[in-house]
Amino acid sequence: MSDRLVVSTRKGLFTVKREDGDWRIAATDFLGDNVTLTLHDPRSGYHYAVLNHGHFGVKLHRRTSGVWQEIAAPAFPKKPEGLIDRDGWGKDIPYSLINIFALETGGPEEDGLIWCGTIPGGLFRSRDHGGAWELIRPLWDDPKRQQWMGGGTDWPAIHSICVDPRDSAVVRIGISCGGVWETRDGGNSWGCRADGMFAAFLPPEMGRDPNVQDPHLLVQSPTAPDRLWVQHHNGIFRSDDGSASWGEIADVPPSSFGFAVAVHPAEPDTAWFVPAIKDERRIPVDGKLVVTRTRDAGATFDVLREGLPQEHAYDVVYRHALAVDQTGDRLAFATTTGGLYVSEDQGDHWRVVSHTLPPAHAVRFVL
Amino acid sequence: MASVVFTGNLRRHVDCPPAQVQGATVREALEAVFRSNERLRGYVLDDQSALRRHMAVVVDGRPLRYCVHLSDPISAGSAIYVLQALSGG
Repeated sequence: MSDRLVVSTRKGLFTVKREDGDWRIAATDFLGDNVTLTLHDPRSGYHYAVLNHGHFGVKLHRRTSGVWQEIAAPAFPKKPEGLIDRDGWGKDIPYSLINIFALETGGPEEDGLIWCGTIPGGLFRSRDHGGAWELIRPLWDDPKRQQWMGGGTDWPAIHSICVDPRDSAVVRIGISCGGVWETRDGGNSWGCRADGMFAAFLPPEMGRDPNVQDPHLLVQSPTAPDRLWVQHHNGIFRSDDGSASWGEIADVPPSSFGFAVAVHPAEPDTAWFVPAIKDERRIPVDGKLVVTRTRDAGATFDVLREGLPQEHAYDVVYRHALAVDQTGDRLAFATTTGGLYVSEDQGDHWRVVSHTLPPAHAVRFVL
Repeated sequence: MASVVFTGNLRRHVDCPPAQVQGATVREALEAVFRSNERLRGYVLDDQSALRRHMAVVVDGRPLRYCVHLSDPISAGSAIYVLQALSGG
């Protein structure tokens, strides 16, 4: 059971603790700065925070023994003179870190190993707690990368990294827009694994191409790792065969559009989503903020609204801003309009922690 | 010696007091500063060592012309200001 969560926002990092039954903001860090993502590494106890300073670039900070320190951020290699490297829309890809969109630990036996997904589509790995980073060249150099496209961002974004709990050399990543990619040898070779996904917003000749899909977030069941869930730009998809194939979960009330998905740590059939009107408007349906939950692998969904604002709510929940704790009982999400909500009963009831936070990018439970 | 002055907003993140350096171009002057302050480099230049998209440099009252190569010439008494461009919000 986790009594602590961290919320990354446009104006700082907020640590929220449960004390005497109430969730309260207990600490603030980087107040005024744009914190876009955090990671807590249970192997080392270190915390990581991504700061996107805009003018001054994207920086990475690490907290050991209570003190934050800036560490190296992933950097792209020198672009060879005259090289043409364009994305699927024909736009020049910058060889420069635009943002960090995913940060995950390696396997439990890989002490110090951190994976990092970026815009403009580079995947990086550190083997020393973020001291130094290497670009995963086999993925970056794969010519199919140049078919990837920006989705909600100017250039392709690696936003999801799932290290297989059965074998840490098996890693799957989600890319907007480049589908799902998998390595089975620790990053030396890669293949696209998005068969079955489709994008209704693309011309029919392109819509079923696995390599242009826009999964907004990819999550993997820790206890049944062949089960993966994707909240896709075009709806909800599920894989039961370790990403080899995907099937759409259709007709989810009130909408199957959204950004976030969380899977129960012990029940692979149970997953949560935060729906919105697709896809240009991006506001809750009828101004009612709800969470949807399936307990039967997507056959049916509960629409959970107890404790959530049910009139004139215009909150959007970004892809990293919905979290479930290790028990599967506690959930939290934070919104673009500064709301932070917590449930202690799998989403049946929600309580507001704050509705005056800065716009939120990400939420994580921390032990 | 040319003088290099960094925006005060940058000093919130990295210690970067005004510096007196030698060099024939803006690149050389900035590199002279970065040699003793490596962390500052990534706040001003991108991964390709070009000026960050929303940064600006003013040399003797004139905005920098060559933001990739930073090859604008400077003289011994030049004043170089490293600022945030308004384009970045």
